[in-house]
Amino acid sequence: MPVEVVTGNQAAGHALSVAGEANRTARGVACGIYPITPQTEIVEYVAKFPFSKGRVVPVESEHSAMAVSMGASMNGARAFTASSANGLAYMAENIMVAGYYRLPIVMVAVNRTLGPPWNIWADQGDTLMLRDFAWLQFYCEDNQEVLDTTLLAFRLAEDRRILLPVLTCMDAFIVSHTQTETSLPGQDEVDRFLPDLDLPHRMHYDEARTLGGLAWPHEGLSMRLEIDEAMKRVPGVYQECRKRFLEVFGRDPGDMVQTVATEDAEFVLVASGSVATTAREVVLRRRAAGEKIGLVKIKMFRPFPEAALRDACQFATRVGVLDRNYAAGAGGVFWQDTRAAFQGHLDDVLVQDYLTGLCGGDVTPDVIDEVLADLTTRSAAGEPVWMGIDTSKETLQ
Amino acid sequence: MTAAAIPGKLDKRPTLPCTDECLLRAGNTNCGGCGMSVGLTMLGRALANAGDTCTLVIPACCGIVTAGAFPTTSYGVPTIATTFASSPAVASGVATIRDLNDEPGQVICWAGDGGTYDIGLATLSAAAERNENIIYICYDNEIYGNTGGQRSSATPAGARTTTTPRGKAQDKKDIMSIMTAHRVPYAATLSIAHPDDFARKLSTALSTQGLRFLLLHSPCPTGWKSEAEDSVALVRMAVGSGLFPLYEVFDGATWKINVEPDGTDLAEYFHRQRRFDDDDIDFDQTRRACADRMQRLRSLAGQHSAG
Repeated sequence: MPVEVVTGNQAAGHALSVAGEANRTARGVACGIYPITPQTEIVEYVAKFPFSKGRVVPVESEHSAMAVSMGASMNGARAFTASSANGLAYMAENIMVAGYYRLPIVMVAVNRTLGPPWNIWADQGDTLMLRDFAWLQFYCEDNQEVLDTTLLAFRLAEDRRILLPVLTCMDAFIVSHTQTETSLPGQDEVDRFLPDLDLPHRMHYDEARTLGGLAWPHEGLSMRLEIDEAMKRVPGVYQECRKRFLEVFGRDPGDMVQTVATEDAEFVLVASGSVATTAREVVLRRRAAGEKIGLVKIKMFRPFPEAALRDACQFATRVGVLDRNYAAGAGGVFWQDTRAAFQGHLDDVLVQDYLTGLCGGDVTPDVIDEVLADLTTRSAAGEPVWMGIDTSKETLQ
Repeated sequence: MTAAAIPGKLDKRPTLPCTDECLLRAGNTNCGGCGMSVGLTMLGRALANAGDTCTLVIPACCGIVTAGAFPTTSYGVPTIATTFASSPAVASGVATIRDLNDEPGQVICWAGDGGTYDIGLATLSAAAERNENIIYICYDNEIYGNTGGQRSSATPAGARTTTTPRGKAQDKKDIMSIMTAHRVPYAATLSIAHPDDFARKLSTALSTQGLRFLLLHSPCPTGWKSEAEDSVALVRMAVGSGLFPLYEVFDGATWKINVEPDGTDLAEYFHRQRRFDDDDIDFDQTRRACADRMQRLRSLAGQHSAG
């Protein structure tokens, strides 16, 4: 397995391409692609890949990119695409539909600020906007994790117990455009990891069946319930996929929820994406100085890993959630879900939200130290704290 | 056909090729006098005659309601419901995988005018520019029928709809000019009043590769406020007057008029549809527009006399 210096985008492009190629012994691969900064490099990589049984369709919009991928998937092919920010918003209708059609499409999203104001830098608001659709969501912190999680995503999505699409996310530029040493698996290994796709509800040219027509309330309800049941099976199937990944590639793609020094941590930070990398450095430094501080990295956001998160925080008295996103009128999204997960279980834990790195702002070790200074000293939980801005001064009068 | 429409018998496969009755089965919920029903029947026969079959790709429109409720379906062929703007893109994906696997059958988008002229136009344009190997049939009833009769850009001037209660001010969009400007391999207009011409064009479309665009003038008694038994007569008048000429275009370059207007006067066409009020229609202007349309078509077809 060659180690090369590549960007996060190239890592994602490689994963999508070799996963697609792996289905050449079955019904092949096809995808619709459309450029948007900062993910464009992914679809360029895919467009260059010499698929033996596949076609890349450059379309006129993100909405159609997902539509082409859905058509291919419905006809039994492996399918994927990539997008960012307003592209995801434009694609949203078909993203939602892909989930409800139970199509195991994998999409890589580079988390970029939704405009306006126009801004190409990191913010998770674009994919978190899609959180209530029937998609699994993973947030990755570095290039290797992007590659590994994207490959794993196909096996997970296509498992008959799941059959739901998967979104793999990385932060704009911080991950997407940063070159790091990344282990790029060869086709033979990927072939061993990904079985031929055999989608049970795919269209057959000689089978009279209507996919996606009308359904009465009780039929629709049972279809929603099936999605809920599949979502509940995800943690177990994820661990199987993770184990198989380790067997084939000799590398652990990481748990759904990852912890750093939480065993006896009094103060726990909850982070995701590249913010987790910075937070880990700070936590390890302050741990070495004897402070009882830990970190929980949420890698899998949908389904929300409530039980694993509670386990990781069981010794904490205070939890600070780092949200590189802002749900208008409601605060950070990870904070909302963390509070909901704690309710009735960890009711005495103080949970405080820190909105940090929004609109591409840098989340430096100093910012994490500021968060910890607030978390360890405040008297009670309060409104989400806007980091990097003085809310008492910088308001419109 | 066997009783493949029985609930729970979804794995029952029809025989190939399509049979006469296989595309649109009895028991569907289409309105009486609906042009789409006739169009689907014509399509089923054409497929049967060609020994071919199809997958239907249908966006939001009456055509997907036609299928009925899960798990039954009124379509005897595989059918995919897509989002409103997406049928040509979904069909591109379906056809790509069909071709990669050397499988038979056409991939046919069956869409209304709202999905074609309005919300799906960019998607259709892109599929045409890529020359995807699909057939796109627009059944044009000149209205958003499924939502109860709102104006679309296919609605003709003067027509009253729920969103143009005093009559639409603008002329109908010329979708054929748009599609032929894409130089698609085949584009043609269809009328249920001219079944021989309709069948021949379907046959041509089925034996052509690339994106084939067919425009069906599809009467809608509900939206047109007309009598169901008048449907065929109405669209015959539209052809005869030059309001909806029957022609075909190869590669955006070779134009052929298939049915010369016979001088049918337009007045009757408007009188028999209560969506039009005589006070709103400028008959002289409409007659001139029909004459100009035919003149332009004759010119494109290389016929310089007004025949």
